[in-house]
Amino acid sequence: MIGRDLLAISDLTAEDLWKILETAEHMQEVGRRDIKKVPTLRGRTIINLFFESSTRTRTSFEIAGKRLSADVVNFSSSGSSLSKDESILDTALTLEAMAPDVVVVRHGVAGVPRRIADALDAPVINAGDGAHEHPTQALLDLFTVYQEKGHLEGLSVAIVGDILNSRVARSNIHAFTKMGAEVRVAAPPTMLPVGVESLGVKPCTSLREAVDGVDVVMVLRIQLERLSGALFPSVREYAATFGLDREKLRYAKDDVIVMHPGPVNRGVELAPDLADHRPSVILEQVRNGVALRMAVLYLIAGRAPAPIAEPKQ
Amino acid sequence: MPNEPTVRTEETPARIETRPGDRVVLDNRGIQRALARIAHEVVERNEDLSNLYLVAIPNGGVPLARRLAASLEKIAEQDVLVGVLDTTLYRDDLVASGERPALRRTEMPSMVDGRIVILVDDVAKTGRTIRAAMDALMDFGRPSRVQVVALIDRGHRELPIKIDYVGKNIPTHPQETVELRGYDGSDDDPLEVVVHAEVEDAAS
Repeated sequence: MIGRDLLAISDLTAEDLWKILETAEHMQEVGRRDIKKVPTLRGRTIINLFFESSTRTRTSFEIAGKRLSADVVNFSSSGSSLSKDESILDTALTLEAMAPDVVVVRHGVAGVPRRIADALDAPVINAGDGAHEHPTQALLDLFTVYQEKGHLEGLSVAIVGDILNSRVARSNIHAFTKMGAEVRVAAPPTMLPVGVESLGVKPCTSLREAVDGVDVVMVLRIQLERLSGALFPSVREYAATFGLDREKLRYAKDDVIVMHPGPVNRGVELAPDLADHRPSVILEQVRNGVALRMAVLYLIAGRAPAPIAEPKQ
Repeated sequence: MPNEPTVRTEETPARIETRPGDRVVLDNRGIQRALARIAHEVVERNEDLSNLYLVAIPNGGVPLARRLAASLEKIAEQDVLVGVLDTTLYRDDLVASGERPALRRTEMPSMVDGRIVILVDDVAKTGRTIRAAMDALMDFGRPSRVQVVALIDRGHRELPIKIDYVGKNIPTHPQETVELRGYDGSDDDPLEVVVHAEVEDAAS
């Protein structure tokens, strides 16, 4: 059952995922109209609470909310009292006092959205928390693959990159395995979490092995700005061994698609020509992100409001 | 198993499930006849048939609009446009309902500007669906005229909305449900309209 909040793919069932994808398919039609706006969430307020910088996810939520006629307010860490050391919960409670109907949260630390959800009456959507989950990214990836392939069960999907630190990888592993796809993960050993097999995936230590015969290659961003410890000797070496190019992609199926959550480090994890052209579907992912987030907002926002609580003594 | 007191007609397809408390008020042949009559009324009231655009409200309106279009094409000897318009995102009761209703298909193959749009629904009751459909329609353009077909009008209107073409008026109790059954995605599916009353002692 899709609950009040959307915090992690691991909370959802395959049935929930199908319901979201189906709803997204209908939302896509709204996006193709001349007037791309429906009155569904009129009078509802969505707060985008981003403690970590983001352009595409925030914009995507903003457009999705506006297409459903909600009022969307952005609240980012720079230029807010977050930089004045206000605690996260105080910030959240302050926002709550403004009676939002949905709060979309991104934070650099895993578990913060859940903590905020526990404190607020409004439903919370996790827009990425630390290395934990990024559920709407995985959902839009599922949606993109479903639209490209027409089905999900039985597909083989290779996820390549910093599996250890990637919330996108974690959410996608849950999402694709729940839908009956086979998932492989590939990374230098320093970027593979110990015991990753327990998530139902097959670890590979070479790109060649990972892409062999797959339907989908999902390339993760090397977070150059976050690499404090040395996980690999040099960017050049990473590009040579785990960077995807057309040559290495030859081993995949003929109709393979290449995905990337963006922004791309061209020439590091993905060859520039591959980033721009088929079989990569990176811009499709962005396009689908809006419809998918409309679906999530529709399914979560604007439910019957909780009865107004008695004033506490 | 108390599922005897149901009126079955010859044309009632076996695969339409019958429940205790069901009463068939219009069978497939009756539906066909009603639509044929409505087609003639549409022709009578609208001079410029080349401008007609039937817009079905899913799910029940879809097979009805296709059948009505077929009848109109026979009379008018020209093609009639058919679109499908889901009204769910325009409903006025989304806050009240806990679980979000599933969305349905919208397929509007042509602009509605300047056309005579005929909304086709299976059962008209409160008028709220028609209200939502009109709002949705206006997002697709500016029709020259909007008319409404309902196969069944069961009364209980809550908004000032008039149905232009009615297949059959059926007085009902507000608690009863009236459904078009049998539509399974194919135009050839035999249909029937069933009034369903909750039977208190169904289990006894």
